[in-house]
Amino acid sequence: MTDGRERFRPPDHDNDHFLMTTVVGSYPKPKWLNRAKDLAEDDDHDFDDDQLEEALDDAARLITDEHVRAGLDVVVDGEMRRNEMVEYFAHRIDGYEFNGRVKVWGHNYFDKPSVVEAVSYGEEWLVDEYEFTAGVTDRPIKVPITGPYTLASWSFNEHYDDDEGLAYELADLVNEEIGRLVDAGATYIQIDEPALATTPDDHAIVGECLDRIVDDVPEHVRVGLHVCYGDYFRIYPEILEYPVDEFDLELCNGQYEQLDVFTEHDFTADLALGVVDAHTAEVESVEQIVENIKRGFEVVPPERLTVSPDCGLKLLPREVAYGKMENMVQAARQVEAELDAGEVDVGFARD
Amino acid sequence: MTEAIATTPGLFPLPDWAKEELADLKGHQKGDLISGSESGEVVEVYERARSEVIERQQAAGLDRIVEGQLRWDDMLAHPLAVHDSVETRGIVRYYDNNNFYREPVVAGDLGYDGDVAAELDAAAGVDQAVLPGPYSLSELATDDHYGDEAAFLDAVAGFLAGEADALPDVETLFLLEPSLVTDPPGDDEDRRASAAIDRVAGAVEADVVVHTYWGAIPEKPYAHLMDADVDAVGFDFVSDHETNIYNIQEYGTKDAIGLGVVDGQNTLVETPDEIAERVEWVRENVPAQEFETIYATPNTGLFFLPVNKFEAKLEALAAAAEEVSA
Repeated sequence: MTDGRERFRPPDHDNDHFLMTTVVGSYPKPKWLNRAKDLAEDDDHDFDDDQLEEALDDAARLITDEHVRAGLDVVVDGEMRRNEMVEYFAHRIDGYEFNGRVKVWGHNYFDKPSVVEAVSYGEEWLVDEYEFTAGVTDRPIKVPITGPYTLASWSFNEHYDDDEGLAYELADLVNEEIGRLVDAGATYIQIDEPALATTPDDHAIVGECLDRIVDDVPEHVRVGLHVCYGDYFRIYPEILEYPVDEFDLELCNGQYEQLDVFTEHDFTADLALGVVDAHTAEVESVEQIVENIKRGFEVVPPERLTVSPDCGLKLLPREVAYGKMENMVQAARQVEAELDAGEVDVGFARD
Repeated sequence: MTEAIATTPGLFPLPDWAKEELADLKGHQKGDLISGSESGEVVEVYERARSEVIERQQAAGLDRIVEGQLRWDDMLAHPLAVHDSVETRGIVRYYDNNNFYREPVVAGDLGYDGDVAAELDAAAGVDQAVLPGPYSLSELATDDHYGDEAAFLDAVAGFLAGEADALPDVETLFLLEPSLVTDPPGDDEDRRASAAIDRVAGAVEADVVVHTYWGAIPEKPYAHLMDADVDAVGFDFVSDHETNIYNIQEYGTKDAIGLGVVDGQNTLVETPDEIAERVEWVRENVPAQEFETIYATPNTGLFFLPVNKFEAKLEALAAAAEEVSA
C-alpha cells in the first residue's frame, strides 16, 4: 500500500541513494517535564492542568526539534505526552479501569489496567499529538501506536472470553484512530507489537488484528510494524503475510545473530533495521553504525532499507539518545555516498 | 470428613508504600536487586511490609499464613540469586509472562545458605513455608559448575533439602513446581525430578504440598510424581481443569490435594460461592476418593495483582473455605 519512499526524501538531500532515517518513537523526557507533572498532581500546589498542557507542548516542540537537528528524515515528538505505551491508550479507551501498580521486574512497576466491560473509543488518542507535531516541523512525521495484541496481552481481561477476542475489538479501535489520523494528514503509521515476541505462537492473531487495522486505510498511507526482543525464527516468514509495508526490527542488541532468519526466505517488505542499541548507554561510533547498516543489505536492497534504532530510546540519558540519532544519520549519509560511488559490496547492494 | 484449608502459594505483591520506599532505597537497575546482605534501612522496610501482609492474611481468615516472599525480587529463582556460589547475569523472561528476573549462573558448590530460614525466623505468626521445587529451580538457573543436567538437579535438590531442614517449625511447606508443566521433564528426567522432590520433602516434618501451575503436568511425569513421598500435589484448576482432572482420575492422587481455584493473574475477583463451586466440582469428579485435606489456593503466586485485588482475593478465598467445610 505504499506509493514509494521517495516522498520522504528531503528536498536538499545530497546523495542519489536515499536510506530513510527515523526512530521507533519514545525519547527521554526532559527532567523539567517530569517535575511539571509532579507539580500538577500535587493538590497543595497551584500549578494547574493548563500549565501542564503548556509544558507538554513545549516538550513536544523541543524534542521534535531535537529529532530535526539530529538530521532524521522522518521525525516523532518523542511521545512526550504518553506516560507509558499501554497506560496512555487504556486511559483513553472506555471499558478500562486502573487498580494499581504491578511488578514487571525488580522495583520497576506498571499500572496494568483491567478491561472490565466492552471496549469502545472513548477520548481522542493521537490526533492532537499529530497535529501539534505537524505544526512545528516541515519534516514528515511517523505516528507510533501501540498495537491491539500488546494492548490486550498487557491488560487484565475481566470481560472477554479470551485475549484474542479482546485484541480484535481493540484492533477495530486502532483502525478507527488511524482513520482520524489520516483525515488529519498522517501518512506514516507504525504499529508497535512487542508482546508478539513473548508469545510468538500467536502470530496469526496479530495477522488478523492487522487485517482489521488496515481495513479502508488509503493506499498512500505507509504502515510499519515494530517488534522487538524475541526469537524471530518463530514468526518468520509467516509475518510476511501481514498487510504492512515495513517491518521495524531490533537486531543490533543481539549483534545481528538473528539476521540469518531473514535471509532464508525473500524478505518481500521494507526492512527498518535497528542499527543502534536502545539499552546500552554508550553512543556507537559512526564507523560502527556504517557496518551495522550494511548488514541490512544482506536482507534487502538499499531502496527498501530504513535506518532506525533498535527500540524506543526513552530509557537512555538524553544526551546519549541524541548522540545515537546524530551518529546514525551521519552513518546513513556516509553509506549513501558509498552506494553512489559503487563502493558497497554487500548482498543486495552489490549490483 | 474433609478439612478445607485456605492458603496461598505466597509470592505476594509489596504494599504500594513499600514499592515506593524500596525503589528509592534500592534503585531500579539489575545491580540494585536483593543480594542477601541488605542495609539496615532496607531490612526495616521489609519488616514493616512483612507484618502488614501477615496481618492482612490473619484478618482475611486464611488457615495458613505465609511470609509473603516480599524480598524475592527474582521470584522463584530467589534462593539461588542470593547464594554466594551464584553469579547473576542479565535480565531474562520469567516463564511466559511480562516479568523478568536475573539469570542465576551457578559457578561453585551449592552449599547451605540459610536465607529463607532467616526470613521465616524474622516473621512471627507464619505457619507455612514456601520454596521453589528443585526441578523448577534447576530449570530457572544456568549451570556453570556441575556439568550435566542430572548432577545439577541433584545438587539443587541437595541445596533445597538443606534450606528446608533449617526452616523453623511450620505446619506446611509449599514446593512450587510450575516448570513440571511449562517445561516438563523427559524420559528419565521425570524419575529424577520426582526423586529430587522426594529428597527436599524428606527434610521437613511439615506436610508438603508440591504445587504445579500454568496448565497440567503431562501424564508420565505426573505418574512419576506420585512416587514422591509428599502429602499433596497442587493442581491449577484455573488454567486447565480438564487435563488436571483427567490426571487425577487416571493416576490417582495423594490423600490430600491442593486446588488452585482462584486466578492469581486476573483482577476479576471470584465470589466465595464461585470458588466453593470449583472445589465441589473437583470432589464430584473424583467420587471414589474422600480427601483428608483440601488446600484451597490461588493457582499462582499473587505478585501479578495490584494490592486491592490481591486483598479481595484473600478474603474471598478464606470465605470460600468456610463454605466448603461447613
